[in-house]
Amino acid sequence: MLYKTKVVRTITILLAVLLYSNGVYAEELLVSAAMSLKNVFEEIAPIYEQQVPDVTVHFNFGSSGALEKQIEAGAPADVFASASQRFMDMLEKENGITPGSCRHFAQNSMVLIVPRDNPANINGFNDLGSGNRNKICIGNPGSVPAGRYAKEVLQNMNLYQKIQKNLIMGEHVRQVLDYVARGEVDAGIVYATDARIRSKEVKVLSAAPRGSHMDIFYPAAVVSSSQLQKQALDFVEFLSKHTQAKELLQKHGFSLIGIK
Amino acid sequence: MESSVLFSIGLSIQVAVIATFFVVLVGIGIAYLLAMKNFRGKILLDVICTLPLVMPPSVTGYYLIIVFGRNGVLGKPVYELTGWSIMFTWQAAVLASFVVALPLMIRTTRAALETVDRDLIRVSYTLGRSELETFFKISLPLAKRGIYAGTVLSFARAMGEFGATIMVAGNIPGRTDTMPIAIYSCAGSGDWQKAHILAAIFTVISALFLLAANRFSSSSV
Repeated sequence: MLYKTKVVRTITILLAVLLYSNGVYAEELLVSAAMSLKNVFEEIAPIYEQQVPDVTVHFNFGSSGALEKQIEAGAPADVFASASQRFMDMLEKENGITPGSCRHFAQNSMVLIVPRDNPANINGFNDLGSGNRNKICIGNPGSVPAGRYAKEVLQNMNLYQKIQKNLIMGEHVRQVLDYVARGEVDAGIVYATDARIRSKEVKVLSAAPRGSHMDIFYPAAVVSSSQLQKQALDFVEFLSKHTQAKELLQKHGFSLIGIK
Repeated sequence: MESSVLFSIGLSIQVAVIATFFVVLVGIGIAYLLAMKNFRGKILLDVICTLPLVMPPSVTGYYLIIVFGRNGVLGKPVYELTGWSIMFTWQAAVLASFVVALPLMIRTTRAALETVDRDLIRVSYTLGRSELETFFKISLPLAKRGIYAGTVLSFARAMGEFGATIMVAGNIPGRTDTMPIAIYSCAGSGDWQKAHILAAIFTVISALFLLAANRFSSSSV
């Protein structure tokens, strides 16, 4: 008998401790973010957590299109940070984001990159069509915003038709960067911010001319099914307003032109 | 039906058939070595040939890039000599499917060969038959059930290969987008209608193939 009560008491105490400690843990904010935000967000998170100690930030990085589909299909996420307004609009149309929570927080631009040793001897956009065997990597325009912008740039320069058969479609913008850095392809079109990450392995040839693609605004919004509406909105506000977030974004090559 | 859908179906079958052909050829050879012979490095060969079975396809794909990529161990000399690289070609899809399906063939064939009565093989030798003749007339026929099973499994695996394929063959519409890759691509870009069609066709082909394989192995063996 005594043994039994001891066991029951122990279990009760353990349960109580577990239940109590649950309340002490910070709220976990899950941010589904575009791949091109990976490095800067990983630096912003600890600063945000310092300011708001009862929230820990977790990330789910992927191509904006894939993330939008995941959220639409009910995957848990509190904040959606997209590399393109298009996927934000798509999610909004499905009532996937909380009305009025969407903010633009950064702007990016596209650049043409080649591997360091530049095996195909490409010196600018116009050389892309020269060699028949040149392999040029862009993101898949259907699901990768960077790919859509790259396609716009190529179309704008009347190159797309010409080099279409030489195009390799990356599944997200970092894969494009990786293929170029490894020298598996001869050139690629990526975000200016991405090219900086592997500046040892890739060479930036030129920036896409102004107006050759739509402005690349990064919107972030609260996901409507989130249980943490207040915290999520706070994080979105932090991204778009806080000086330290702005400094980090600029440090990583994002532009804040047109950001209120 | 859209021509891109037809292309993906055709490419998937083409890749799976060619990969399976090489898998059967190489797989039986390696399985025979592993089942019948003792040699130095046997365990190493066994482990290397089984690794793709247990590793995630992305890791297999990563190694394939390191070996066959433009700057790869084998890929670099080939590229420098010929200006051709297997990366982002449909042959790369065959390579990926081959590597991933090979362990299935080896394991089932080896198990089947190991159950062949050794006395029958010895008798064949004492009757003056060469090892090659003994293999084709005694071991192979007796192990055919396992070989059929291995072939079916390998074909199915080759047909469904995705992870390593997308890394080495890429996703090039009209060139390297096999059915699994086309489905992934359509789903990612919101083209659900095409994804539905492809997924349905893939399911039907797989089911038909398994049915045929079942009937074939139960009636003929």
